[in-house]
Amino acid sequence: MSQTARPEGIARPAEAEWPLWEVFVRSKAGLDHKHCGSLHAADSAMAIQNARDVYTRRQEGTSIWVVRSDQIVASDPAEKDAYFDPAADKVYRHPTFYRLPKSVDHM
Amino acid sequence: MYTQSMDTLNKAEAAELKKPVRSAEDVAREERFEARIDAGDFIEAKDWMPEHYRKTLVRQISQHAHSEIVGMLPEGNWITRAPTLKRKSILLAKVQDEGGHGLYLYAAAETLGTSRDEMIRALHAGKAKYSSIFNYPSLTWADIGVIGWLVDGAAIMNQVPLCRCSYAPYARAMVRICREESFHQRQGFDSLLVLMQQGTASQRAMVQDAVDRWWWPSLMMFGPPDANSPNSEQSMRWGIKRISNDALRQKFVDAAAEQAKVLGVTLPDPALKWNEERQSHDFGAIDWEEFWRVVNGDGPCNRERLAGRVKAWDEGAWVREAALAYAGKQTLKEAA
Repeated sequence: MSQTARPEGIARPAEAEWPLWEVFVRSKAGLDHKHCGSLHAADSAMAIQNARDVYTRRQEGTSIWVVRSDQIVASDPAEKDAYFDPAADKVYRHPTFYRLPKSVDHM
Repeated sequence: MYTQSMDTLNKAEAAELKKPVRSAEDVAREERFEARIDAGDFIEAKDWMPEHYRKTLVRQISQHAHSEIVGMLPEGNWITRAPTLKRKSILLAKVQDEGGHGLYLYAAAETLGTSRDEMIRALHAGKAKYSSIFNYPSLTWADIGVIGWLVDGAAIMNQVPLCRCSYAPYARAMVRICREESFHQRQGFDSLLVLMQQGTASQRAMVQDAVDRWWWPSLMMFGPPDANSPNSEQSMRWGIKRISNDALRQKFVDAAAEQAKVLGVTLPDPALKWNEERQSHDFGAIDWEEFWRVVNGDGPCNRERLAGRVKAWDEGAWVREAALAYAGKQTLKEAA
């Protein structure tokens, strides 16, 4: 908290911290945007600019997305097994499940 | 740049965290957590973790972040006085990197449920530590080269194993930092080589003087000896720490001793010599009293460094507020 002098009785805003943003960078044309970290910024324009300064100092990107962290909805890690394990016994979804004669096995 | 193993969990905090776990459910969760650590799994922000693990990480990562930010001060001191435009551009880029590294690390610590403001408040109140090395002054231009060579060199040695830290957001930040960091050490060595090989006798003496002043504080960056690091064991157990303080320090001494020969400087330790049997260098005793004095606030520049950070924060308050107010107004306008 800042110690700057201010007129008595005028309180500092309770929530003075800039909001948090998640940063996604496309490293080069043709690739996906990939999550690379987060930062604080007052608004979206500042978030993009800070993202450029913080995450692309060495030509790591050609495009940046930012999204407010509180806008991201995520799956619950505690339910990871229930969510993702059912796929484990569906091996027939993979091409390697099917044994074909050698002469056509490249299909 | 810079972390330091300091093991500064205070006794009350440690006792609180070592209380027996309460419910059977907690015991089961803790067992599952330990099993994941043993299996070499990474822990993510929203996964369940013991409170002690969380606190240890918040402390370590925030200390590390503070070190990056405070570490900008001794070098920033020389930006306007760098001898050439090339050296000035390099130093600017390096100091900017340190700021970036601080931000990656603050963000990693925030995933554990602490806020940026809370961490900064703890630093400014003198409650949070940062690496003791930044409480030494950068007196000459040669100091900038030596900081790159020895201080960044020690930091890299410390940080590479952290890329495999069990806490994934920290590990990811460290991967990014280590990738950017190797230029820091190389530019320092390069700058010293120029002074030693093309410089005058007094420039060479300036390099030797800087080496004499930075050598021992650099060795202290690895933290207290293993025998005096009671919390290290738990950190190793949890995969937060991968290699012990003394092992890393030895590795650093062995590397630096060879590099000093190439540079043509003498490391200020009469006991430093190759031990054929150990296939390592022996070296003299470190002054741990000095280390603790500096860690606990009484180094040559502690007050100046902290005052510099507090001043920057206070004087930036109106900018932070104005930016928020502007953002608020824009939102209202869009809504209208």
